[in-house]
Amino acid sequence: MAVSTPPAKRLRSRAPLADAAAVRAPRTTWRSALRKDWRLYSLLVLPLLWFLVFKYLPMAGNVIAFRRFTPGGSVFGEEWVGLDYVQMFIDDPTFWAVFRNTLVLGGLTLLVGFPAPIIFALLLNELKARRFKRFVQTASYLPHFMSIVIVVAMIMQLVSLRGTINQVVGLFGADPVNFIQNPDWFRTIYVTSDVWQTMGWGAILYLAALTTIDDSLYEAARIDGANRWQQTWHVTLPGIAPTVVTLLILNIGSFLAVGFEKVLLLQNPLTYETGDVISTYLYRVGLQSNSFSYATAIGLFESLIGLVLVLSANAVSRRVAGSSLW
Amino acid sequence: MVSAVQAPSPRKGRAGARAAKPVVSVVADTPGQRRFKVFAVVVLSLVVAVTLYPFVNVLAQSFSDSANIAAGKVNLFPRGFNVDTYRVVMSDRDFWVGYRNTIVYTVLATAISMVLTTCFAYATSKRHLKGRKAFILFAVFTMFFNGGIIPNYVLVTSLGMRNTVWAVVLPSAISVFNVLVMKTFFEAMPEELEEAASIDGLNTYGILLRIVLPLSKAVLATMLLFYAVSHWNSWFQAFLYLDDKDMFPVTIYLRNMIAGVSSTASSGAEASDIGMISANIQSVTMVLIVLPIVCIYPFIQKYFVSGVMLGSVKQ
Repeated sequence: MAVSTPPAKRLRSRAPLADAAAVRAPRTTWRSALRKDWRLYSLLVLPLLWFLVFKYLPMAGNVIAFRRFTPGGSVFGEEWVGLDYVQMFIDDPTFWAVFRNTLVLGGLTLLVGFPAPIIFALLLNELKARRFKRFVQTASYLPHFMSIVIVVAMIMQLVSLRGTINQVVGLFGADPVNFIQNPDWFRTIYVTSDVWQTMGWGAILYLAALTTIDDSLYEAARIDGANRWQQTWHVTLPGIAPTVVTLLILNIGSFLAVGFEKVLLLQNPLTYETGDVISTYLYRVGLQSNSFSYATAIGLFESLIGLVLVLSANAVSRRVAGSSLW
Repeated sequence: MVSAVQAPSPRKGRAGARAAKPVVSVVADTPGQRRFKVFAVVVLSLVVAVTLYPFVNVLAQSFSDSANIAAGKVNLFPRGFNVDTYRVVMSDRDFWVGYRNTIVYTVLATAISMVLTTCFAYATSKRHLKGRKAFILFAVFTMFFNGGIIPNYVLVTSLGMRNTVWAVVLPSAISVFNVLVMKTFFEAMPEELEEAASIDGLNTYGILLRIVLPLSKAVLATMLLFYAVSHWNSWFQAFLYLDDKDMFPVTIYLRNMIAGVSSTASSGAEASDIGMISANIQSVTMVLIVLPIVCIYPFIQKYFVSGVMLGSVKQ
């Protein structure tokens, strides 16, 4: 992969051959491309090396899902054990519990978190007052720039026994709820805070798409007597449909990869029942109980499902909506 | 590659709106449409209030005394105003060590990120480059499939990077999304410019450093801030790979604080005392971590937004 400075002399002596090849085939050969653009290729060396080491080596490291791994030993494990670890998680009831939790949490996030920025963008689009519009946007982007540690710390303060949420609960005469320890509330807290953090930022792309809709379409619709809802339905939504579809594909593809860091910070043993997901489970199994191979098998399973989801969502949208990621 | 919007043409849209104004005034707003607008304003105001409330609440708590916080009296405004908590936190050695580490990691990681991203984005923005598509695919594939936590952990550990700066700085050096943003920007540059420069005797490196980068200040600023914010906010790499307290970034300092609260909670003990006393200390720590971001935020917001737009333009 690492393409570095080619030995110029040797290349020059062979140059006529390379040129002849170029005449025969319309495409340039690697040799002449390297000779001509070696400076550009040299720029690629470090980044490609980085991708290789930090992205592709760990992918290859997934073989320890099928090999026995001993800490301190080879990165790629010691001996083949076949599908032992796969069998292990198929037989593991905890795995299926966290699998279900992941589906529910990811599904809820998608269900609530996906339409929220669209609605937000549509409402913003109604406003004509520039200054108020900009203020709303500025405020709504802010949570996007917060560290997940900050977000979780905020959540914990808001839902604590004397926190704001419990004060509101108290207004209705109810007893304070220990939200953070209560498995019934984990999903609500997770999804709500997710919408809080991502809605404003997520609306940017929709707002951009909205500016590309031709105003004359609205005028035509008005003259035809369309009311606000009809205009939204027949002009605005079709106008942003490609954006919606693209982002939906991306969201479906990543929906199993629920916010690992946030769940990890937010959960505690009392809320594992609803709050433990595949990634946090394999994190505990792998790094706290040192079952590296077993955890890797689970992780590989999760990644593969994610990849299949992206590819199939993309294929479906290409066929149905005519737009796709690639 | 990743296409979310077909090339947005704000200029065209705005011009259209201006030209359309007389027509709009002919077809006046119906009462229904006015009601719809009022509805939008009310809902959006509520959204802003809910979005900003947690920030205001944290700020208020950071200036309040613990008795008022424990009594649940601090919401929008500080009660029992004092700056003692700031003194307590700022006199804590661990806090400053963490803050210093965060600054060092952020600067170093951002520098590495910028160099790698610029090199890769510039080279792959050249349409004539042989193998260009393969290189781009090589990068983009990692957006949809990754090694996972355990193989990453095993790799970093076996490279001997545990308890070194590199474990924090290197694994997250390149964001493929940022590469795509930058590549799109470089692609939009007029080719004649670079041709002229090469006729004047500049090679690729010279063109990049003396012609292209000086003309790319907007996108460089965007990338710089994207990376700086994400490195400033990161905690998980440090959490995984660092054992030495003196190497922790300040996010781990805060994380250990809230983990302390939740582990007290999960032990089933009455958490209010321990949890609440640290509530104002937590708040102060949060304010101090967020402060740099909030300070630069108004100035950088427009760059961020244009950056996102660049990355999503269909090619």
